[in-house]
Amino acid sequence: MTTRISDRAGVLAWLFLLPSVLYIVALVASPFVLAIAFALSDVSAGDPSYDYVGGRNFERVFDDPVFWRSLGNTFVFTGISMVLIVVLGKVLANILVADFRGKWLVRFLVLLPWTTPVALSSISWLWLLDSIYSPIDWVLRFFGFLGPGENLYWLGQPGLAMTSVIAVHVWRLTPLAAVIMMAGLVAIPRDIEEAATVDGAGYWRRMFEIKIPLVLPVAAVAALFGAVFTFTDMAVVRVLTRGGPNDATQVLASWAFYRGIEGGDVGQGAAVALFLFPLLLAAAIAILRVVRRIEVW
Amino acid sequence: MNRYAVRRVCARIGVYVAAIVAALLCAGPFLWSLVTAFKQNRDLYDPTNNPFVFNRPATPDHVTYLFTDTAFLTFTWNTLWVGVLVVLITLVLALPAAYALARLDRPWSGPLAVAIFLVYLVPPSLLFLSLSRMVVAIGLQDSTWSMVLVYPTITTPVSVWLLMGFLKGIPRDIEEQAMVDGYSRLGAFVRAVIPLVFPGIVAVVVFAFTLTASEFIYALAFVAPTDQMPVSTGVPTQLVRGDVFFWQSLQAATVAVAVPIALVFNLFLDRFVAGFTMGSVKG
Repeated sequence: MTTRISDRAGVLAWLFLLPSVLYIVALVASPFVLAIAFALSDVSAGDPSYDYVGGRNFERVFDDPVFWRSLGNTFVFTGISMVLIVVLGKVLANILVADFRGKWLVRFLVLLPWTTPVALSSISWLWLLDSIYSPIDWVLRFFGFLGPGENLYWLGQPGLAMTSVIAVHVWRLTPLAAVIMMAGLVAIPRDIEEAATVDGAGYWRRMFEIKIPLVLPVAAVAALFGAVFTFTDMAVVRVLTRGGPNDATQVLASWAFYRGIEGGDVGQGAAVALFLFPLLLAAAIAILRVVRRIEVW
Repeated sequence: MNRYAVRRVCARIGVYVAAIVAALLCAGPFLWSLVTAFKQNRDLYDPTNNPFVFNRPATPDHVTYLFTDTAFLTFTWNTLWVGVLVVLITLVLALPAAYALARLDRPWSGPLAVAIFLVYLVPPSLLFLSLSRMVVAIGLQDSTWSMVLVYPTITTPVSVWLLMGFLKGIPRDIEEQAMVDGYSRLGAFVRAVIPLVFPGIVAVVVFAFTLTASEFIYALAFVAPTDQMPVSTGVPTQLVRGDVFFWQSLQAATVAVAVPIALVFNLFLDRFVAGFTMGSVKG
């Protein structure tokens, strides 16, 4: 008995997957390999010819205090943002699954920070954090926390600049975390909680022994997505502070961009960007493990 | 009985208060942008003026300026057509791939699905340097087409993941019935499965378009000429002359871009939630 090609699942599976696989190999895998090759070379915008230089780019990167500063900043940003995103995302998810009038409008308003192109919302924030005209300063002056004509210079002082960048990240990614956690809240089988109620478990008992353990894996997924997106993002830093003042808000991604594109030193930029990879891999493995655990339900 | 009634009322009020606070925290900057966009310069550039209300009569001048005297409409047009092409390429790549991984039961489909998920986590900030050299080598530097070529790397993996979720939600009997009725496997996919997974396709279209419109690093690294830029790099780089920001026009641009995307996204929010759920949870 002969089967038509269009009936043979094995051949069909290959035909269906081949375009995606080829495309990803061409435009994700090969640039990735190329990034490693660049990191070991002296390629620059002015002299694109390839000369192997071994670990010299890495040596230069390690000698550069700005690199260590960026690395530290990246961790601070990611860590603080992740915690805030998960906690606020959970709160937001609970609000969004509740039943009330005007829910559609509230959902629309809540989604805005996430669906708006990040460069555009960041530029709105640039004015909200302006050194003279900041509306936040105006409110503080209005309530007497700042004297007349006083300003905080949100983006001009290292500590405040970092707070500002973290705040914008959290503001932007919390709705995403909320959507992921909504998916989790919807997926939790209702009958478990109902059964517990019938068996006489009180509110707190249900909260700690049923709700939190069930939500935890989903919260972990949201946390890791939040971490990956904060960790690799440079748009907020780029638009708000350009890494300043004095590299106080410089992160790995933005530093790689300065070295590699604006400084034209492709080799060193690639070396800096490669530092993102091991940490991303760790995050990815963690996400997958958590997702596996959810699937066993 | 009364205590229960009071409790219920309090809980209702609490829900509304929480919802309003959340909405204001999230959308506050946009509401304020909307006010600012219509302010006169003399109103805006006075630090003693209340920044949340009009201290002088509103003016549409700066908004008109955005649409008539800047390249904003060009940016918008670029974002739109790049987005449409990227979405089409994404669907052509992702839909068959998702079907193969979700349904055709090869021994390697599990590991390959994981590999595709890992690709989703490889960020532009890791690849932009080598990709920009590749774009130069192909001769697409400073052309909007470079984005059409590269953006599906961002959208395809996540779309495969989402579509797998939707496909798993469709009972297998439907294809089997179609094949019993004389369709080939391919025919069953095209005629029976695609129409059923249509809601998922729409969700993926919206999601992929949003990702494309938001992308920043590649656009910044690949394209320098004003007329080739999309909204995400055009607005922040071209509405600024040296140190002079066209603030009202910038705020108007943010609102003009943000509102339509969020409106469409909100329409499909329930589907995304369903897609995430089916994909990752009920695997």
